[in-house]
This record gives sequence, C-alpha cells and structure tokens, in this order.
Amino acid sequence: MMPSASDLAISTRGLRKVFGDKIAVRNLTLDVPRGEVFGFLGPNGAGKSTSVKMLLGLVKPTSGKAAVLGKPCGDVPTRRKIGFLPEHFRFYEWLTGTELLGLHGRLYGMTHAELRTRVPALLELVGLSAHQDKRVHDFSKGMLQRIGLAQALLNDPELIFLDEPTSGLDPVGRRLVRDIIKQQRERGATVLLNSHLLSEVEITCDRVAFIKHGEVLETRELNGLLEEQTSVSVRAARLSQATLAGLEQFASDIHCEGEQLRFSVTSSSALPEIMRYLVERGADVYQFTPQRLSLEERFLEIVGSDGGL
Amino acid sequence: MGVLIMAAVTFREALRKKLVWIALAAGLAFLALFGTGLHYQTKDFAERGMNPMLRREIVRTMLTLGLYAIDLLTVVMAVLTSVDTISGEIASGTIQAVATKPVHRWQVLLGKWLGFVAMLAGYLAIMVGGVNLLTHFMGGVTAHHLASGFALMLMEAVLLLSVSFLFGTMFSSLTTGVFVLGLHGLAFIGGWIEQVGAIANSPRAVSVGIIASVLMPSEALWRRAAYEMQSQIAGAMRMTPFGTESVPSLTMIAYAGVYLLLALSLALRHWSIRDL
Repeated sequence: MMPSASDLAISTRGLRKVFGDKIAVRNLTLDVPRGEVFGFLGPNGAGKSTSVKMLLGLVKPTSGKAAVLGKPCGDVPTRRKIGFLPEHFRFYEWLTGTELLGLHGRLYGMTHAELRTRVPALLELVGLSAHQDKRVHDFSKGMLQRIGLAQALLNDPELIFLDEPTSGLDPVGRRLVRDIIKQQRERGATVLLNSHLLSEVEITCDRVAFIKHGEVLETRELNGLLEEQTSVSVRAARLSQATLAGLEQFASDIHCEGEQLRFSVTSSSALPEIMRYLVERGADVYQFTPQRLSLEERFLEIVGSDGGL
Repeated sequence: MGVLIMAAVTFREALRKKLVWIALAAGLAFLALFGTGLHYQTKDFAERGMNPMLRREIVRTMLTLGLYAIDLLTVVMAVLTSVDTISGEIASGTIQAVATKPVHRWQVLLGKWLGFVAMLAGYLAIMVGGVNLLTHFMGGVTAHHLASGFALMLMEAVLLLSVSFLFGTMFSSLTTGVFVLGLHGLAFIGGWIEQVGAIANSPRAVSVGIIASVLMPSEALWRRAAYEMQSQIAGAMRMTPFGTESVPSLTMIAYAGVYLLLALSLALRHWSIRDL
C-alpha cells in the first residue's frame, strides 16, 4: 500500500538545483515514510549534501517540489521538529560545550528550565560530560562531531538529518552514533543518514537510495536488497557439461573450474531447487555456500566503479 | 526572540575577540596621551596667564582633534570586526546549524547587526565620554551639542557596519573589507576636497565633494558631528581641520539615514533568499 502524504517525513518530486552551469541535483524524486532510518548513498559529488540542504531550506531548489513533515521545505515553524548535523559541524569556538547547547536550545525556543535538564543529559549521551566547560576551540574533531550530534537532538526531533555523522570519529564514536540512531528509531523518529561509509549504512538503515549525478538510481529495502542477489560457491565432483548447461535455467554468471563452481541467483529461494537439481543429475556435492552480495558490491554495481565522476 | 538571542551572542562574541580589546587598549592609550598633553598645555597656559577665552578655544580644538581620532578608530573597528561575520560564517558552514533552527533568517542577521551596534555604541561612549571628561576637568570645556554629535558619530559607524553587512551577504570577507574601506576612503577624500574647495571658493570642487558624499555619506556624518560639537568661534576662525566652510546639510544627514536603512534592508533581503 502506498503511504499517504501525512505518513511521509520527506517527499520530493523532480527536485533540481543548478549552480551556474553545474547541475548539482538533476532530478530527485523520493519518499521517506515516517519512522524510517533512510540512507542516502552515492559517490562524492553525487548531490547528497545539496539535496539535504534543499530539504532544510538552506539552498533554494531551481525547480521541483519538496515537502518535509508535510510542509514545504524551509518552513520555519516545522524546523522546531527537525534536527540537523551538518557535514562539517563548526560553531563559535569561544563557547563552551554547555553554552553551545544552551544557545541552540534557546533558538529552538526551549526554556531555561528545560535546558537545565536537557543539556547535561545530552552531554552525557554523547560522552562529553567531562568536557562540558571546555571551549569548543579546544575540542578535537571527534568531540566537535559529538557536540554537533547533541545539538541535533536537543528538541527531540521528529526528523533528523545526519550528514556524514561519523566523520572524524574513532570506532567507539562510530558505535555511539549507531546506538543513538537506534534509540531515535525506537523513539519513532525518522533519520536521514547521509554517509559514504557503506558498512555503517548497512548496519543502521532500513532503506537506501542510491544517488548518482543528483538522481535516484534505485531505492531499496536494505534486507531485501542484500538477500536478493546471491553469489553461490559450490565444490562438487562429476559435473557434466549437460548439468552445467541445465543450470542456466536457475542461475547466471556460471563459472566452473574443475570441482569449483560459481554462479549467481536473483533470489535465495532458488537455492534448494538448485541443490536438488545437482544431486539428481549425479553430482557429488561437498560444499554449497551462498554468499550474500555486500552493500559495497551492490553499490558498485548500481553506481558504477567510476564513482560517478 | 531570535533577534535578541543573536544580538546577545554577537555582542558576547565581539567582546571575546582580541580585536575589540586591542582597539579599546589603543583607545585608552590614546586617552592617556591626550590627557598628558592636555595637562601640560593647560599648565603652560596658566603660567603664561593666557586669555581664558583663547585658552578655552585651544582646549576645544584639542577636544575636536581627539574626537576625530576616536572617529577614525571607531570606523576601523566597525569595519574590521564585522567584515567576517556574515561571509566568514557562510564560508565555514557555522551558519548552517543556526539557519536551520526555527528562526527566520532576517532575525539572525538583524540580531547580529544589533549586537554590533551595541558594541560600537559602548566603545564610542567610553571614548567620547573619556575625552570629554578629560577636557572638562583639565580645561573646563566639553563638546557643544554632545548628544547630537555622539549620535552622528555612531550613525557613521552603523552606516559602515550596514554596508559591510550588505557586501558580506554577497562577497568574501576580504572583498567586503576592501569595498567598504574603499568607499569610506572615497568619502574621506571627497570631504577634504569639499572643504578645501569651499575655502578656495571653488564651487566645482565643492560639488565633487558632495558627489563623493552621495556615493558614501560616512564622512559627511563626521563633518556634521564636528560642526555640532565645536564652538562657532573655532569654526569661523578655521582653527581646526574641520572648518564649517561647507557643512553637510540636514538633507545630507537624512540621505545618510536613508542610505543606512537601504543598505540594511538590502542585506536582510539578500540574506533571506541566498543559498547557504
């Protein structure tokens, strides 16, 4: 069933942005239902950040339509429900961590009483309690990213844009980001994750959009995507040419060298049938190993190895 | 509310910048120098038994010179402190986390502008107050029409601030700085051409000066402020470099006011629609 407009956190139709003679985003058409962790995947320069900026009202689209939480993008009251971690979070360096969150909280319209409890809780969440009175100037890159993440969560947002959230973070920090995204999903928030780290997207996202040249090439459920195309490695004796030829009805990319057989299937549901087929044709099967395509392989397949350059 | 939050943070930011404190230190050093010079001057005048009226006029001239130096310091501070606030925050991306909060963009810019106006007003009050206190206690003289003179000096600084904001929404920090100081330099030279033209009775030279003031009325504001603050005798006797041979009219002051508001409005408009 198609989600209704009110079920969508983000909906765009033919969104386009041109800077001078450079097309940054060609034609972005996308629907992100509420409550989903959505990954934006694409090579550098694919228009991911520009797309996010258009959705946030930082950049005006050249043409096309976009709605965020049911309102036109850039709508000021709607921003009360949105959190945003920019790609390179920078802020007034002379503020302390506590002051920075206080300032952002006041811009969200939060009262001093609310901030008194919310700010320490967020500092604790991102692991910066011990540095709350340190000036941002003295923060490491990872600490900046953490405080940026905290400011994006100040208002318990319904929709959170995270642009490369793990940039500059060590493995502990990356784990923290993953846990926070999980918490936000459990809370019912929608998260749009812009990342070039495929493994991160693979672990955290429900769905992904593959973007190249500012256009969505494919939008897929992540689990479905990974189960869909499977590469299978088989070690078997007594494989006749006729058996291999018959295999073509189930699989593609069939390669056989001695006892080593490799092929691809478009659905894992075909695997038992293939196994039966091989045995019935007299093959001695010693090993039968389905290997799911990694997101990286799928990414390269869809986007191309040129990275969109 | 967004305006006040941004005004407060900008004011605090200005106070945390070294530039403001260096400008203040330079200002205080200037006041100390001014006070020392004035002290010995008045002492020598007393010993020589100089006519009190002439003595007062000389102190008043000193006061005008002091105010002129303060005006220059304030102009430089208005431009240098504000030149990076818009374009710099766009370039670094700092503005992105602010501009996505539930505040209108114009509130962010107006708040910043108010923060700088408060900082400049504070700086000017300390300096103008300081120099007047020194001449008052040492020579029994304060500026004529101090309030209107102060308001005009502040208006000059705010005018340059507004133009700096406008260019800041369009160009890089460096380009903005060059543009604003260049325009003020033009007005400065134009002012002197007008003054010298008036003394030399050259109406065409006066017209050149007026055209420069139309392009950038900052210097005209200072010359009107100087006219308001010095005594008529000093002006008539051309005792200072700020003679009243060709005083900017009230029409020019009103024009400067419109210029200021237009620069601020255009800055707000361009800021509200540009990509960040």
